[in-house]
Amino acid sequence: MKTMNYRDAIREAMCIRMREDDSVLLMGEDVGFFGGSSGITAGMFEEFGEKRVRDTPISESAIIGAAVGSAATGLRPIIDLLFVDFMLVGIDQIVNQAAKMRYMFGGKISMPMVARLPCGGGAGLAAQHSQSLEAWLTHIPGLKTVYPSTPQDALGLMLSAIDDDNPVMFLEHRLLYDMVGEIVDMNPIPLGVGDIKRAGSDVTVVATGKMVHEALRAADILANDGIALEVIDPRSLYPFDMDMIAKSLEKTRRAVIITEENKRVAFSAEISATIAEEYFDLLDAPVVRIGALNTPAPFSPPMETYYLPCAEDIVAAVRKF
Amino acid sequence: MELNRDITSTMYLRMQRIRAFENTAMTLFADGKIPGALHLYTGEEAVAAGVCANLREDDYIVSTHRGHGHIVAKGGELKYMMAELLGKETGYCNGKGGSMHIADVSKGILGANGIVGAGLSISVGAGLSISYRGTDQVCVCFFGDGSSNQGTFHEALNMAGIWKLPIVFVCENNGYGASMSQAKHMLVRDIADRGAAYGIPGVVVDGNDAIAVYNTTAEAVTRARRGDGPTLIECKTYRHRGQFEGDPGIYRPAAEVEAWLAKDPIPRFAGFLQEFGLLSAQEIEAIDQQVADEIREAIVFAEQSPYPAVEKIVEDIYSDIIEEVRVR
Repeated sequence: MKTMNYRDAIREAMCIRMREDDSVLLMGEDVGFFGGSSGITAGMFEEFGEKRVRDTPISESAIIGAAVGSAATGLRPIIDLLFVDFMLVGIDQIVNQAAKMRYMFGGKISMPMVARLPCGGGAGLAAQHSQSLEAWLTHIPGLKTVYPSTPQDALGLMLSAIDDDNPVMFLEHRLLYDMVGEIVDMNPIPLGVGDIKRAGSDVTVVATGKMVHEALRAADILANDGIALEVIDPRSLYPFDMDMIAKSLEKTRRAVIITEENKRVAFSAEISATIAEEYFDLLDAPVVRIGALNTPAPFSPPMETYYLPCAEDIVAAVRKF
Repeated sequence: MELNRDITSTMYLRMQRIRAFENTAMTLFADGKIPGALHLYTGEEAVAAGVCANLREDDYIVSTHRGHGHIVAKGGELKYMMAELLGKETGYCNGKGGSMHIADVSKGILGANGIVGAGLSISVGAGLSISYRGTDQVCVCFFGDGSSNQGTFHEALNMAGIWKLPIVFVCENNGYGASMSQAKHMLVRDIADRGAAYGIPGVVVDGNDAIAVYNTTAEAVTRARRGDGPTLIECKTYRHRGQFEGDPGIYRPAAEVEAWLAKDPIPRFAGFLQEFGLLSAQEIEAIDQQVADEIREAIVFAEQSPYPAVEKIVEDIYSDIIEEVRVR
């Protein structure tokens, strides 16, 4: 059985496409000689050289703009913004430029770029380096957003993200980098196709990113009580596989949605609202939504643990059904 | 490129096209035929025409919210521009962009832009793309004095500098960032001085002198094509109209406006062309007539074109997804 960690899977996908296609290049702070701030791009500088693995100054607007302008003129850039939090420094280039150029120009331009956005809490990095900003991205027409939870998904989704002719926001949870997983194949995973990480018949749990693993842990705990959770990882937040969730609800009639976002106006609210608007008849109980507390991410370890959602929150919610 | 009759005649034609297009847009806007907002380029024609006369069709330009002049000067067609201003299906953007988002990628026009300073970042990408592909294209990035206070200006000049990108940064200093005069919005007098902060040459030029703009740009374009990196050119000019149509303009002293109107770049250029025998009075008249005809055709084309079917609102967001109409 072939295994790989999440970090290597992301790198492997980038390398595969860079070997096949000269128009693919990688840019960002520390991605070159240094090998990436989390070691993600180790060896790429040596293999592809400084022209294709480009170190940039700390200038988020110019980095994202470099992707927008080069994607509009024939390249397929990948940018690494180090932290999703740093995207905010150059957010105009994502929201007003990358996302809207095709539309504003009447469909006469392509924007094949990938923004790698390491995200998530649990590493003691406090309020400006721990956020989950899915809702910011999925709110914007013109962007696609993916969020792998396993090495296999990271590999397959990155291949598809690079192949896509639209701007793809690639969320990667920094606490998953060391997670090792089985690699069954090296194929692209189409955007918009969810994955049932564990089949069950009692409650549907929709989870993203690191929360997929919390959901699986909750499933283990509840299995002892004879309760079978069905854990669905949408993998792609836009396009979004609502059909998979609906099909699961036909069976379970109960839904828990867990994401690592601050709960207020989170992407999880969109999933919940869609279930309420379109699949209300499938429900036997109100949808339960679990997220981080509505506070900035705190620094002190016990506080951060208290702030983040976890398996026990799912267990408690399911026991109340 | 050496300045010759063909080039000067094209420059004059484009300056008149811009002026006529803007005057027509002004009237149509006043008549309520153009929705939204309108930022006219009137008075700055020598900059767009002088700069773009140095460019090939495969060179890129990145434009601004005051972009009509750049688009005309880079070869944009009046009828598609006018149709876009009126929100018609036949417009450059099929009616989805309007005045602030006109683009024609086939002519290297990477778009007007409604966000002040955003084009600077995008020009870095276009310049990178040229340098990466190893062609001898260049990218001209137009922006205003107001943009030069945005972070994007500083990030872009720095990155273009360290990567020696083939970009010509053309600052159209019309003296005002929205309603704030340059004296109030920055302490430096010459924006070209800011080039020094990034190790790239900065040059000041009279932006109402088409020949001076042409010659200065020629040097910068040559430098860029040679792989010697970017140049910052500051063109001192003035907008004849407000920041936007409907701007009461109370922030500009009447005497200042009068003085600049007297320095109108078009009669000045026409006078120069005749004085040096580059165009005769008859040739000038013929060009003016040609422009008048083009404008008439553009108006008819735009007015007779249909509006886009509203159902098309969901198309062109993605290359491969049509958003479902039911999502409302």
